Amino acid sequence: MHKIWLIIQREYLTRVRKKSFIIMTFLTPLLLAAFMVVPAWLATVSDSSDVVMVLDESGLFVDKLETKKDLLFIPIQGDLESAKELYQETGNTALLYIPQMDINDPQGFKVYSKKNTNIQTKARLENMLEKEIENQRFIASGIDREQLNKMKADISIATVNLSEEGERDNNAWVTSGAGIIAAVIIYFFIFMYGVQIMRGVIEEKTNRIVEVIISSVKPFQLMMGKIVGIAAVGLTQFLLWVILSMVVVTGVQAAFGIKAAPTPAEQIMSGQAAATGADLTEEEQAAEDNRAKEVMGTTLSALGNLNIPLILGCFLFYFLGGYLLYGSLFGAVGAAVDNETDTQQFMFPITIPLVISFILSYSVVLQNPDGPVAFWLSVIPLTSPIIMMVRVPFGVPAWELLVSMGALILGFIFTTWIAARIYRVGILMYGKKVSYRELSKWLFYRV
Amino acid sequence: MSILKIDGVSKRYANHTALDNVSFVIPTGCIFGLLGPNGAGKTSLIRIITQITGADTGEILFRGERLKPHHIREMGYLPEERGLYKKMKVGEQLLYLAQLKGLTKADATERIKGWIDRLEIREWVGKNIEDLSKGMQQKVQFIATVLHEPSLIILDEPFSGFDPINANLIKDEILRLRERGASIIFSTHRMESVEELCDNIALINRAQKVLDGSVKEIKEAYKTDTYQVIGNGKLLILNPDFEVLEQHENHGVFRASIKLLNGTQPNDLLRYLIERVEIHSFIELVPSINDIFIRKVKETHHA
Repeated sequence: MHKIWLIIQREYLTRVRKKSFIIMTFLTPLLLAAFMVVPAWLATVSDSSDVVMVLDESGLFVDKLETKKDLLFIPIQGDLESAKELYQETGNTALLYIPQMDINDPQGFKVYSKKNTNIQTKARLENMLEKEIENQRFIASGIDREQLNKMKADISIATVNLSEEGERDNNAWVTSGAGIIAAVIIYFFIFMYGVQIMRGVIEEKTNRIVEVIISSVKPFQLMMGKIVGIAAVGLTQFLLWVILSMVVVTGVQAAFGIKAAPTPAEQIMSGQAAATGADLTEEEQAAEDNRAKEVMGTTLSALGNLNIPLILGCFLFYFLGGYLLYGSLFGAVGAAVDNETDTQQFMFPITIPLVISFILSYSVVLQNPDGPVAFWLSVIPLTSPIIMMVRVPFGVPAWELLVSMGALILGFIFTTWIAARIYRVGILMYGKKVSYRELSKWLFYRV
Repeated sequence: MSILKIDGVSKRYANHTALDNVSFVIPTGCIFGLLGPNGAGKTSLIRIITQITGADTGEILFRGERLKPHHIREMGYLPEERGLYKKMKVGEQLLYLAQLKGLTKADATERIKGWIDRLEIREWVGKNIEDLSKGMQQKVQFIATVLHEPSLIILDEPFSGFDPINANLIKDEILRLRERGASIIFSTHRMESVEELCDNIALINRAQKVLDGSVKEIKEAYKTDTYQVIGNGKLLILNPDFEVLEQHENHGVFRASIKLLNGTQPNDLLRYLIERVEIHSFIELVPSINDIFIRKVKETHHA
C-alpha cells in the first residue's frame, strides 16, 4: 500500500508541476473571461459609427427617422445622381434612397453603400421604415395605436412535472443542459486523461524504467498508481477551473461593471430584439425586459427544482467510474505497443463506444430520455457514464440507477483485470507488433 | 557459499530458445563476468534472476534458498537500456526509486547525499534527467541501482557511454562495493573490458553455457606456453624444443612469438636466447578471454 501511495504521489506531482498543466489551468478561465468581456466591449465600441444619408423624395419619412446613439441620419436634397456623388465624397456608411410612393404600395427603397451593408443595419432600416408605414396607415384608417397595444396578447406556457413527490416546475432546456454539460465534461476528461495514462505507460516501457521498478513493485501496483495519480491530476485541474473561473468572472464584473455573461435566455431574447428591431418604444422595451425576467425566473426556479445533490453525486460517480473503466484500457493499450504511432489499431475499439454514446446522447437520449435505447445504453458500462448523466436530471428510477452503477463497478473491475493481465506481459515485451490474437493469449499467460 | 546457483535453467520463446539448460555458480563476494556475444541469452538470464520473467525449467538458488520475490530487495539491477523518467529531477528520481526499494525517506536522503558527492554530480541534482549527458544519466542510474545496498548487484553493459575517467570512477566504486561484501554480476559482450575486474566468469553462446570458472584457472587451462621476445640482434632458432610462430625484424630490432614444446620451461628458452641475442623484453602471451571464447566456440562448432 505504501508503494502504491509513492507511485500515486510521483504521478501527481510530476504532472501538476508541468508547465503545460499550469498554463492550461490558468489560461482556460482567462479565455472564459475574454469570451465574456470582448463581445460586451465590442458592443459598446464598434456600433457608434453608422451614418446614413437619407434622400427622401416622398417626404414621408425624412423627419420621422429618429437618430439613435449608434445610427445617425443626415437628410439631403437633390436628385439621386447628385446624392450618389455627394455620398462618394463622404465617409458615411450608406445612402438610403426613398422614391416617390403611395403609402399603400411602398416600393423602391434602396440602400447604396461602398462596402456591403451588414444585415443588422439593413434589418434596422427596414424595421424603422415598416413601423413608420404602419403608423401612417393607422392614422389613415383612424386606429389608435395605444388602443391596439392594449389588445395584444402575450402568454407563455409553464411546464410542470406531476410525480409522486408532488408538483414540480420543470424546464426542458435547463434539464437537458445540466445533463449535457455533465456528459461533455466526462467525455473530455476520459479522453484527455486516458491518453495521458497511455503515454505514461509507453514512456515507462520505452525508457526501460519498468525493468528497474518492476523488481520492486508489482505491475498491478504500478498501473493502478498511475491511473489514480492521473485521476487526482484531473480532479485538481477541474476544481481549479471552477474556482478560478468564479474568481475571474467576479473580478471582471467588479472591474468593468459588465453584466455577467448573458444567460441563454437573455441571449434568445436579445436575438429576438435584434430581429424585431432595436428601436422599440420604451414601454415595449419594458415588456421585453419583463419577459426576459420571467424567463430568467423560470430558469432559476427550474435550476432550483433540479435535484442538485443527486446530480452532483451521480456526476462524481460516473466521472470517476467512467475514467477508471477507460483508464485501465488506455493503460493496457500503452503496455501493448512500443510507441505511440502503433496505438491506432487498439485505440479504435476504445474510442468508438465513447464517441457513439456522445452522439446518441444528443440525437436519441435527449429526445426520449426514458426510452429503451436510453435505458440499455445507460446500463452498459462502456456507455453509461455519458448516457446516464444525460438522463439523471430528467429523473431516473432508483433501481435503474442502482443497476447502472452496479454494472459500471463490475465493468471497471473487469476492464482493470483484463488491463492488468495485458499490462504485466506487454510492459516487458519489446520490438514486437502485437495482434489481437496475441493479446487474448496474454490474458491467460502464467508469468 | 554461493550467492547464486543456477541449475539447469531453460527459457523458450515462441520462435527461439533463449536459454538451454544453463548451470553455473556465482560465489559470494566475487565479481562475476557473464560474457557472450549479443543475443546469446545474457539478458534473458538476468531477467529470470531479477524475476521479471520466469524460467520454463530449472531452478535458481539465492544463498541456498529457492529464489523468492522477497529476494529482490537484496538485488540491484542496472538494465542495459537506461531506465529513468526524463522529466524528473535527479534528486527526486533517486529518492523515489530508493523509497520504492523500501528505504525510508530520511535514510534514502542521507545515502543519496553520500553518493552524489562521491560520483561528483552535486551540481546536477536539481536538473531534469533529460538535460543530462548520457554519461551523467548513467551515473544517476548506477546510484539508483546500489542505493539500497543490495548484496547482489547486476550490471548490464555498465561502461557503455562512459569516458575513460568516469569509467574508472565507476570501476573504483564497484571494487569498493565488493570490499563491503557485495557480489557483482557483470554482463557484457565486450569481454576485454571486464577481464581485469572479474574473478569468475561464465561464457554463454547461443543460449548455452560454453565455459565457466575462475579467470585464473581458465587462463591456466588455456595457456599456450607461448612467449613474446623483443631484443637486438639476429635471431635464428634451430632448437626442436622451440617453435617460432611469428617473427619480425626492423632496423636490427626483432620481435618474435615462441612456443615451448616437449615440456621445456621458460628459463630454458631464456638461457638459449641470452647466448645469442640481446633481450629487451620477455613476456608470456596469455590468451585473452576473447581468444578463449573464440577458440571454445570454434571447438563446439566443429564437434
